[in-house]
Amino acid sequence: MAETLLKVAGLQSWYGESHILHGVDFEIRRGELVTLLGRNGAGKTTTLKSIMGIVEKRTGSITFEGQETVGQPSDKIARRGIAYCPEERGIFSSLNVDENLSLPPVVKPGGLSIEEIYTLFPNLLERRRSQGTKLSGGEQQMLAIGRILRTGADLLLLDEPTEGLAPVIVQRIGEIIRQLKTRGFTILLVEQNFHFAATIADRHYVMEDGRVVDTVVASDVQQSIGKLQAYLGV
Amino acid sequence: MFELLGIPPQALFGQLLLGLINGAFYAMLSLGLAVIFGMLNVINFTHGAQYMMGAFAAWLLLGYLDVPFWASLVLAPVIVGLIGIVLEKLLLKRIYHLDHLYGFLLTFGMALVIEGLFQLQWGSSGAPYPNPIPGGYNLGFMFLPTYRGFVVLAALVICLVTWYGIERTKLGAYLRAATENPTLVRAFGINVPRLITLTYGLGVALAALAGVLAAPIQQVSALMGTNLVLVVFAVVVIGGMGSIMGSIVTGFGLGMIEGLTKVFYPPASNTVIFVVMAIVLLVKPAGLFGQTK
Repeated sequence: MAETLLKVAGLQSWYGESHILHGVDFEIRRGELVTLLGRNGAGKTTTLKSIMGIVEKRTGSITFEGQETVGQPSDKIARRGIAYCPEERGIFSSLNVDENLSLPPVVKPGGLSIEEIYTLFPNLLERRRSQGTKLSGGEQQMLAIGRILRTGADLLLLDEPTEGLAPVIVQRIGEIIRQLKTRGFTILLVEQNFHFAATIADRHYVMEDGRVVDTVVASDVQQSIGKLQAYLGV
Repeated sequence: MFELLGIPPQALFGQLLLGLINGAFYAMLSLGLAVIFGMLNVINFTHGAQYMMGAFAAWLLLGYLDVPFWASLVLAPVIVGLIGIVLEKLLLKRIYHLDHLYGFLLTFGMALVIEGLFQLQWGSSGAPYPNPIPGGYNLGFMFLPTYRGFVVLAALVICLVTWYGIERTKLGAYLRAATENPTLVRAFGINVPRLITLTYGLGVALAALAGVLAAPIQQVSALMGTNLVLVVFAVVVIGGMGSIMGSIVTGFGLGMIEGLTKVFYPPASNTVIFVVMAIVLLVKPAGLFGQTK
């Protein structure tokens, strides 16, 4: 069995006075693709932000490659090998596609080269000089994912990469995420689209009210479909 | 000799040259302000005092250590930039999360304290700084002092180098991205607090560099930046807060407009920039080159 890359234990987070996470526990092994599922407001995005160190007030334990990251600023966490693709994509309007792609610094060897990223996303190559925010929603999502592949990070945190995209683009994003897994990336995916998540993940953690309440491995999804639908309200 | 609209060419071109020189200082100072505002979201009212500190640093370096003007062009901005970094670390850093008003009040207070200390030590009357390039050229229609021509060229080069650094380099890309979304840029592994400190230091160094260039033209005095900073703020507002190219173009452009006003209607020359500012704010509130957020 592969080593544990990320272990979250008793994670609690706050936005100001609002207590959002009430003790989240889960782990991811190297090379796995794991999803966090749950309804809106369950705490999925906050969990990713807490791992990344963006949520200022957090307690509990988050260990990455065996080292504690709670209490560290987000730039240090990123340099350890965790890369984050936010829900709102975070494309910079003052930078063109090329500049957006090469913005995050390389933190470890083993990342994709710009050419490899353009091979993976040929649409971006055609528009490499365009302002990042002038791209379509699908292209912006590809840019947001492509951008973090250069860094050499071992763990990719993807927050709802299919949100608001046409089915054909969702399919393409799914293919790319599968390719990334094949290349050895470890991926933690937050997703509302369960049908999309079910086709690509090794394991699903279900969140409710700021806690992980259930775990379903890929091989058990069919038997657990009713339970999952009840959790997600679909 | 020919006349343009009844104005002798010596008067017209002489005022235009003065306008261009003033414009060069407006451009350099507003550039630093724009960079600082873009990154820190702080309206740096200390900018005029830091310009004065640059001129004083050159004057003191010459007077006490015999450091020539050309060496001061490098040394003075470095010294004042480092003082700026200390101020950012000690004071400004604490107010980033607060409303703009607090930054404005803090930097305004800092300017008063700095100018007061300089006045206390060296008085209010100006001290002369020797012209490093005496002489000039008779162009037929006007006399061009060599040093003033040098100042205009130097300001253009400084502005274009700064623009290139921000728009065409990796560090500039970090800066532009951090202006938009500092949290995400930090989550990519970039030390944004250090970037902010560096930006403030560079902005202050630019003001000091303008001060060194101004020393041989103006008297070096504790209050030399007080009035200038008001005009420079108008320039930044007209160009668009945070816009680099806006600051450069508007700085030079308004200097020329001011110069022309001195020829055609001298009483309005001190207010023309503020009239332009009022019109621009009414027509395009984000400034000529600014983007509405």
